[in-house]
Amino acid sequence: MAGLTKTNITPPRWLTAELTYACPLQCPYCSNPLDYAKYQSELSTDDWKRVLTEARKMGAVQLGFSGGEPLIRKDLPELVKHARELGYYSNLITSGYGMTEETILQLKAAGLDHIQVSIQASSQELSDHLAGTKSFEHKKSVAHLVKKHGYPMVLNVVLHRENIHQMPEILAMAEELGADYIELANTQYYGWAHANRDLLLPSKEQFQKAEQIAQEYKEKVGGKMKILYVIPDYYEDRPKKCMNGWGTTSLTIAPDGMALPCHSARELPGLDCPNIKNYSISEIWHDSKAFNFFRGFDWMKEPCRSCDEKEKDFGGCRCQAYLLTGDMFNTDPVCSKSPDREVIQHAIDSAQASANLTNDEKPLIFRNSKNSRALAKIN
Amino acid sequence: MHRIQWEEAQQKHVILYPEGMVELNQSSAEILKCCDGTRTLAQIVSDLEQKFETTGLTDDITAFLGVALQNGWINQN
Ligand code: SF4
Ligand code: SF4
Repeated sequence: MAGLTKTNITPPRWLTAELTYACPLQCPYCSNPLDYAKYQSELSTDDWKRVLTEARKMGAVQLGFSGGEPLIRKDLPELVKHARELGYYSNLITSGYGMTEETILQLKAAGLDHIQVSIQASSQELSDHLAGTKSFEHKKSVAHLVKKHGYPMVLNVVLHRENIHQMPEILAMAEELGADYIELANTQYYGWAHANRDLLLPSKEQFQKAEQIAQEYKEKVGGKMKILYVIPDYYEDRPKKCMNGWGTTSLTIAPDGMALPCHSARELPGLDCPNIKNYSISEIWHDSKAFNFFRGFDWMKEPCRSCDEKEKDFGGCRCQAYLLTGDMFNTDPVCSKSPDREVIQHAIDSAQASANLTNDEKPLIFRNSKNSRALAKIN
Repeated sequence: MHRIQWEEAQQKHVILYPEGMVELNQSSAEILKCCDGTRTLAQIVSDLEQKFETTGLTDDITAFLGVALQNGWINQN
């Protein structure tokens, strides 16, 4: 935007390669766009290799292969190999579904550095219910194999009202599986999670209890298993420093080649996110409208504009501001200084009011192509 | 689990680990490069003091190695 000189654009350091939107699971909190079924086309292997090469040249060094389920892409080992040759640290973000010992060995040989496996809950019944697919036992065996073959493993569990009571069992399961890190990620309410928010958002008491249990466990296990607790921002009074600042660190490429400053950005209006088929990564990073849109502070409205904390949080998340206030230039409503803070309270109240409804009265919307097509109003 | 490497674009060393990275300043990188499993603390101190023609690095190096150990960047045998 105006007033920003190119010299203060920092290079990307994190590249997220969303290889595909296809996924055998149906998590109702999935962060993929609701209308993902609209985006059928996928980049070719050569397109991805070019993306990796160009972003690496600019300075990207952490690479996440995600999706959807990245294992669905048959060229994954080839891409991992390319990434290794370029010097990336590559992370595979997977549900584990469909992973075999053979794949694990193949990816190891290709140079994959780390595997993050997600599990939905600590009990088979709940985990399979949330995944919308029978997968719990398989995931656990995958986790064992990941460790057996010497990978560092992050076990990721997304927390919400349906599983937050399982906190002690989730931690015990992570330890039993030999996880090096457990990421306890409170649901962030975008995409499918936003659509299901009334059924997913826990109460403040539930959060506090869960956090306390995690804290106690942390002290118990010491440095042996690292616990990463992603805070639920609805119960905070300052927003998160989204993406470490727009267009400063992170570059996401969606399955169809759209380049995004954050993974939800394709839902923001008027950004004209560029596609890698038409531009180089350098052009996208430096010159595109989308990546310059919220760089710096010139775009801000009050109260952020004159706030002395703006360098700490950049006014919070643009996607959350848009989703909850209808204006992407607004202060993230999580902030207690936001004039729209009441929308957060409404969300909390509304979720509490749904707490006792049965599944028939208010069913979870699972993330699958049928629901996505219905939501996107396409056939 | 941790990898230390030189980043041309940033002109600095970084430590890479699952979903994270730490950018190192020059002195931290010099210290970590000495942690090759063969040298003792005293040797690391004297090697670096020699290399940079200075003295009195013991405290700084010990403090940094404490941080490095705690973060799992290095292991102690
Ligand atoms: S959150 Fe669940 S449904 Fe969404 S991509 Fe990940 S595993 Fe698939
Ligand atoms: S007003 Fe804006 S800049 Fe200030 S703390 Fe709130 S979100 Fe951050």
